[in-house]
Amino acid sequence: MNGTAYQMNRRQLLGSTAVALLLSSRAVRATVVKGGLPWKPGAGDPPTVVTPGGWHYFTTQEAAAVEALVDRLIPPDPGTPGGKECGCAVFIDRQLAGPYGRNEDLYMMGPFQQGTKQQGPQSPLTAAQQYRKALVALDSACRDKYDGKRFAELSDEQKDEVIKGLEDGSFKLDGFDGQSFFTLILTDTRNGFLADPIYGGNKDMAAWKMIGFPGTHYDYRDWIDRHNERVTLPTVGIRNHPNWSR
Amino acid sequence: MARKLPRKDAVIIGLGWTGSILAHTLCDAGLDVVAIERGPWRDTASDFQISYAQDELRYRLQHELFLRPAQTSVTFRNNASQTALPVRNWGAFMLGNGVGGGGVHWNAETFRFLPTDFIARSHLTQRYGEKFLPEDMTIQDWGITYDDLEPHYDQFEYLCGTSGTAGNLQGKIQDGGNPFEGARSRPYPTPAQKQGYGHTLFAEAAKQLGYKPYPQPSGNLSRAYTNPLGVSLGQCTFCGFCEWFGCANYSKATPQTTILPVLLRNPNFEARTECEVMRINLDNTGKRATGVTYVDSSGEEFEQPADLVLLCAFQLFNVQLLLLSGIGTPYDPQTGKGQIGRNFTHQTISTAVGFFDKDKYNFNPFIASGSIGFCIDEFNGDNFDHSQLGFVGGGYIGQVRTNGRPLESMAVPPGTPAWGAKWKQALRDNYLSSVICGAACHASFYSYRDVYLDLDPTYKDRFGRPLLRMTIDFHDNEIKMSAFLTDKYAEILQKMGAKQVVKQPRKGPYDVTDYQTSHLCGGAIMGDNPGNSALNRYLQSWDVPNLFVQGASAYPQNAGYNPTGTVGALAFWSAAAIRSQYLKNPGPLVHA
Repeated sequence: MNGTAYQMNRRQLLGSTAVALLLSSRAVRATVVKGGLPWKPGAGDPPTVVTPGGWHYFTTQEAAAVEALVDRLIPPDPGTPGGKECGCAVFIDRQLAGPYGRNEDLYMMGPFQQGTKQQGPQSPLTAAQQYRKALVALDSACRDKYDGKRFAELSDEQKDEVIKGLEDGSFKLDGFDGQSFFTLILTDTRNGFLADPIYGGNKDMAAWKMIGFPGTHYDYRDWIDRHNERVTLPTVGIRNHPNWSR
Repeated sequence: MARKLPRKDAVIIGLGWTGSILAHTLCDAGLDVVAIERGPWRDTASDFQISYAQDELRYRLQHELFLRPAQTSVTFRNNASQTALPVRNWGAFMLGNGVGGGGVHWNAETFRFLPTDFIARSHLTQRYGEKFLPEDMTIQDWGITYDDLEPHYDQFEYLCGTSGTAGNLQGKIQDGGNPFEGARSRPYPTPAQKQGYGHTLFAEAAKQLGYKPYPQPSGNLSRAYTNPLGVSLGQCTFCGFCEWFGCANYSKATPQTTILPVLLRNPNFEARTECEVMRINLDNTGKRATGVTYVDSSGEEFEQPADLVLLCAFQLFNVQLLLLSGIGTPYDPQTGKGQIGRNFTHQTISTAVGFFDKDKYNFNPFIASGSIGFCIDEFNGDNFDHSQLGFVGGGYIGQVRTNGRPLESMAVPPGTPAWGAKWKQALRDNYLSSVICGAACHASFYSYRDVYLDLDPTYKDRFGRPLLRMTIDFHDNEIKMSAFLTDKYAEILQKMGAKQVVKQPRKGPYDVTDYQTSHLCGGAIMGDNPGNSALNRYLQSWDVPNLFVQGASAYPQNAGYNPTGTVGALAFWSAAAIRSQYLKNPGPLVHA
């Protein structure tokens, strides 16, 4: 993840520090920094940009449910597209296919036991596993209640009724806590809507334009004294600029 | 079996602010120094690139620059009757990782503590009487005074180039500064930063209410600056991506931008990164450290002998390493005996959100630096009469909003649904015209008998070592203080012209998922005798005199300011004592 620090081989380490005791048949893998700031050309760790098309984690059926969910959580209106068109489902799909979905950075050693609200989530399931389980349970609960229809097949009013029920705990899922699924997907949907478009959501920076956030400008020194004025700079993202060809 | 390496004069555990300061002083004194750092090497050009540094998802939401809980975590419970469970994802605080430590991702608020903060117990009992403090409150004096530290605050500020307006120059109160601050020997190295609309409006309202607002002292520089080591920083551009992010512009004071370029050129210095110290080794008397044992990224174990050991990790990990190494006596909350883990504290943060008429107010919240804004100190420390208030302590109150990053700026008026068309409309209507500032009331957290750190009996890190266990909750004193401060802040928001003010005073229980600053303090505190502290006034271990423990783990309790200015000053103070006293005559600098 880090391109700057250089891995010294044994000879370099010995040469620079004359550490005779480190003689070994194995290469020494400690990263030693000495004699000046380490630097190498082209170092850096730019983000991987999401490309649209297909699903990396969701099944087609799961994707249909998630697209329907995100489009009710953030519905389209005349000014701004909804969650689906903004790419929130693509965002969630790519997140679940990556380190976030695998809970790669989190403390996942047991024993697992339920604690107080203040102790935070304690699920042994990864985010990706939670979605899979919850989405199956959601479609099944919808079929039971709405004449065999899956969530994606419901009317907007019915979808909202289900989401409200998940939110307040009255719409139960089999084997999964509906309220915690509501919190999970609402958080991920908002993240997709408002994060930089490189992650697959916030298409054309629609959400940023909606709220008046001009994006990732690096220099507002010309604006710091212009109090109570609407900033007229074009909206820019990490890889998006109105003047760049795409 | 650990491979034994050649001896060094000094080994430093952790290369953040304190490790860099100590390393620089000791290398300059001619010592051969090695720093062992758990995380990776990080530097501006490669790691905080201007083309992708402003990525809220990656750095803020997904914690790119921080320690991963998968590497190690802590366990948490509110009180001893509960079973502590692991913190599986960070929430209440963020722990740095890599070279620069917390100095990379901080907002760079560079405060000094009040003179009375260092003598908290004697001052408060003298003013209000012996019975005034809650029975279970264990605050104490630091064993040093503001005057002891003043030259070292000055050293840290001039290293950083801190931007601010002095309020007390050699005892003379100055217009525009904080009149409550301790006397400073000279002005800030650079003038205060420019301010945005919301910040300025707050200062005007505060003045109308009779307060004396001052610009927050900032390590995001108002102009280019070259420090005494010859390292230059640039002018801050108000990009609004400061805390949680690396600065791509060389305008935030960090170890990288102030001291590491010089330290790395010193032939006496070497850093080993991605190497985690397992324990501090002691000789058979248990009174002398012989060095450290660490594991590199390939899993190989090394023993690094050294004459002097400097523990410079983050507060939690300083305490954990002391416990794992069997140094000092673990604290026992039943008897109150034992020093390691005692007087653990955090910060008491609260706020209020102001919603303004969107047709009249446009705050452009995204135009900000990490330590911009105005504060008032009328309700900090013991700057106000507590005799009728039912609490002690306080904090600064400020409109110190640092950003308009969208995912952290979703305030909508109460009653707005959490989703759907109404939520979307409320977000659209309020983003530019609301004043949200997470740490508007930045207040003290005093120490208590039942708030402490020890080793968890169940949960382990990836090496099989016990995780550190936090037992912590808010006490009535802090809850009352927070309500009081939040009311004062809300009055100022009202005066600014808010049409609706929503108060969010701190309430218990302490919640490990709710961000409250990363200002964890205590657990290996300094003091005037081994019966009340782990360290003497020079941060030297009472038990193992060739061990010095740096950082906020030394705070007997936490004051109402951001702690880094005092961390830096203490590091310079301790480094000066090591250089001028300890190296000439190694042994205890204070005789118990």
